[in-house]
Amino acid sequence: MSKLLVEAKAVVIPGEILAEGMDHLPGKGAFREGEKVIASRVGLVYVNGSIINIVPLSGRYIPKKDDTVIGYVRDMTYSSWFINIGYAYDASLSLKDASSSYIERGASLSDFFAVADAILTRITNVTKDNNIDLTMVGPGLRKLKGGKIIEITPAKVPRLVGKQGSMISMIKDMTGCSVFAGQNGRIWIKGKTPEAEKIATDAVFLVEEKAHIRGLTDHMKGFLEEKCKSLKVEKKVSINKETKK
Amino acid sequence: MITEEYVESLTKLGKRMDGRKFDEYRDLSIEYGISKKSAEGSARVKIGETEVIAGVKLDLGEPYPDKPEEGSIMVNVELLPLSSPKYESGPPGIDAIELSRVTDRGIRECGAIDFKKLYHKESGKVWLVFIDIYPINAAGNLFDACTIAAMAAIRDAVFPSIEGNKVDYSTKTKTPLPLQKLPISCTVWKVGNELLVDPSVEEESAANSRLTVVFTEDDKICAMQKGKDDPMLADEIEKAVELAFKTTKDIRGHFKK
Amino acid sequence: MKYEKRYDGRKFDEMRPMSAEVGIIKNAVGSAKFTIGKTIAVAAVYGPKDLFPKFLQNPKSGVLRCHYNMMAFSGAGDRVRPGTSRRSKEISMVMEKSLLPVLDLQDFPKSVVDVHVELIQTDAGTRCAAICAASLALADAGFEMKDLVCAISAGLVGDKVVLDLDKKEEDFKGGAVDIPLAIIPRTGEVTLLQLDGEISKEDLKRCVDFGIKGCDQILEVQKNALKAKYTEAKK
Repeated sequence: MSKLLVEAKAVVIPGEILAEGMDHLPGKGAFREGEKVIASRVGLVYVNGSIINIVPLSGRYIPKKDDTVIGYVRDMTYSSWFINIGYAYDASLSLKDASSSYIERGASLSDFFAVADAILTRITNVTKDNNIDLTMVGPGLRKLKGGKIIEITPAKVPRLVGKQGSMISMIKDMTGCSVFAGQNGRIWIKGKTPEAEKIATDAVFLVEEKAHIRGLTDHMKGFLEEKCKSLKVEKKVSINKETKK
Repeated sequence: MITEEYVESLTKLGKRMDGRKFDEYRDLSIEYGISKKSAEGSARVKIGETEVIAGVKLDLGEPYPDKPEEGSIMVNVELLPLSSPKYESGPPGIDAIELSRVTDRGIRECGAIDFKKLYHKESGKVWLVFIDIYPINAAGNLFDACTIAAMAAIRDAVFPSIEGNKVDYSTKTKTPLPLQKLPISCTVWKVGNELLVDPSVEEESAANSRLTVVFTEDDKICAMQKGKDDPMLADEIEKAVELAFKTTKDIRGHFKK
Repeated sequence: MKYEKRYDGRKFDEMRPMSAEVGIIKNAVGSAKFTIGKTIAVAAVYGPKDLFPKFLQNPKSGVLRCHYNMMAFSGAGDRVRPGTSRRSKEISMVMEKSLLPVLDLQDFPKSVVDVHVELIQTDAGTRCAAICAASLALADAGFEMKDLVCAISAGLVGDKVVLDLDKKEEDFKGGAVDIPLAIIPRTGEVTLLQLDGEISKEDLKRCVDFGIKGCDQILEVQKNALKAKYTEAKK
């Protein structure tokens, strides 16, 4: 008989024995050693049937195909840009993927994206050799103008987005700010006033800090309601506009 | 960069990213004796998320030939790669050297420590005061943090005892260093056209100019350093000095009596 | 020479009080502070990042680089001169060797992970404290690890086998032997073993046994520190 030694959603650390016996299988963040299933990183226990997964609570971003990320233009060649996406290696954006309209060969690339520009982009391919391809063709993908970018632990991004985007929508609706969360932990925030942006920022950091608590949505709702009281009436109008869209 | 532009656009509205006023410092705390066993004096300073620690080591050494009866100080700031992804291992770069020298000047020039009282008659040697300063988490305003940490460590320090003209580090005396002044620095940063104190990392990179002013408790200026690329107008300097004066008075209140 | 009673009154197999905390340096990917007696080590992890020069890169895995440093004022006597010394280079190297067996950096080929450890105050056992702090910081940074690494020194003071020597014991006039050990607690594998002094084979075995026993207590402190970060926030 296989025995599970940890509770669901418990915080575990590397080397901690999760289960004994062959009925349980190590999923992500776990491995088998003889009869034992052992955690290989700090995280929360999620048991899915016989599989034990460890959902990480920290860690650097590892690029995956189809991730939408926020990158900074670091350098360019005559036919592509090098983009810092918060990984050990730069990703590359080639001329053909930079725009849905035709860019002539020999055009000045900085007319499109200049060094230090921030872009919302999507990963189309990741090879074993760390070659990461990006595209700017797709809904919402664009150069980010104005606003600010903050960084949170990439592991917490799914929580910030919430189920079907519920958490991030709540922050957007209540503060009236545009908020985009890159899978790489970079969050772009742009609002009508610095006060609204400050509340959205604080909210994002609060989700990061309390990502693993139960009832986070209610907690966040309370926080946002309290904070948004100080926003002037005119902003409530803009919130309505936002929701009407 | 997008965030620097954002910081600058906010200052035009009279705002800062974290909601502070231009003349508002983050929470400041000073802790003494954080390396009691090893150092003769030590302190930890936190300004918001910035954390800097400083330690004082004393040694008996040969005096400078031109001042045979005076001791001296040595200030060294090391920008540890532990404290920020921006710092690299290796010999000190120009940023660390500037920080060391500005901190050194502030303490040296006002006579914060009475060098004449660092003379040890019996051996003909003098006390050398080594002040080593390290950021643990570099999150803006290291200029002020380094001077505050250095002065706190100096005020925490006591002499080790002497055994036959040699320093016995294992036994400390109760004699503090001969202190005369408490210099405090405030660096005023110019972002866009506005002057502000205690910048975050983002504000520091958005700033075009900065002015460090070190004040003593008798309201005298004992060291200054204008930094970064852009020039400053004379009346901006006047305003910056006034802002620094006001701020250093507040900071001084955080020191133990 | 006889060593009757420990200077600080500890039992011969008793360690000094320990404490640990993770996430102390916000700028870092992972960080930790580890205190044992009066020895205080802080560690910060940065990376993975691009590794130069290129010939140092491993195409199949990330590379671990440790940087051990004593702060200038952290020595027992004179000021420690800033900059790397032969001693700090060697300790950095043995730290890497003691941590690598548990660390999996295969997700980050060709890159480097830097672990910076600074000693704020020292009273012997600094490389062991540095390894304990580094191991915690790597776990805090979310890297895949088979286990944590615990390190402690055991040795001989005069005629007695003792655990966790402090500076005064290392300097014992009747002679002392210092054996820093790093151990993977779950398997008992030894990843660091150095020896300073003269010892019999029998006493060496007793020292290693002492060390392995001591590591259980270290693991407990490390475990609590890592979990505290997330349970405190729960409140």
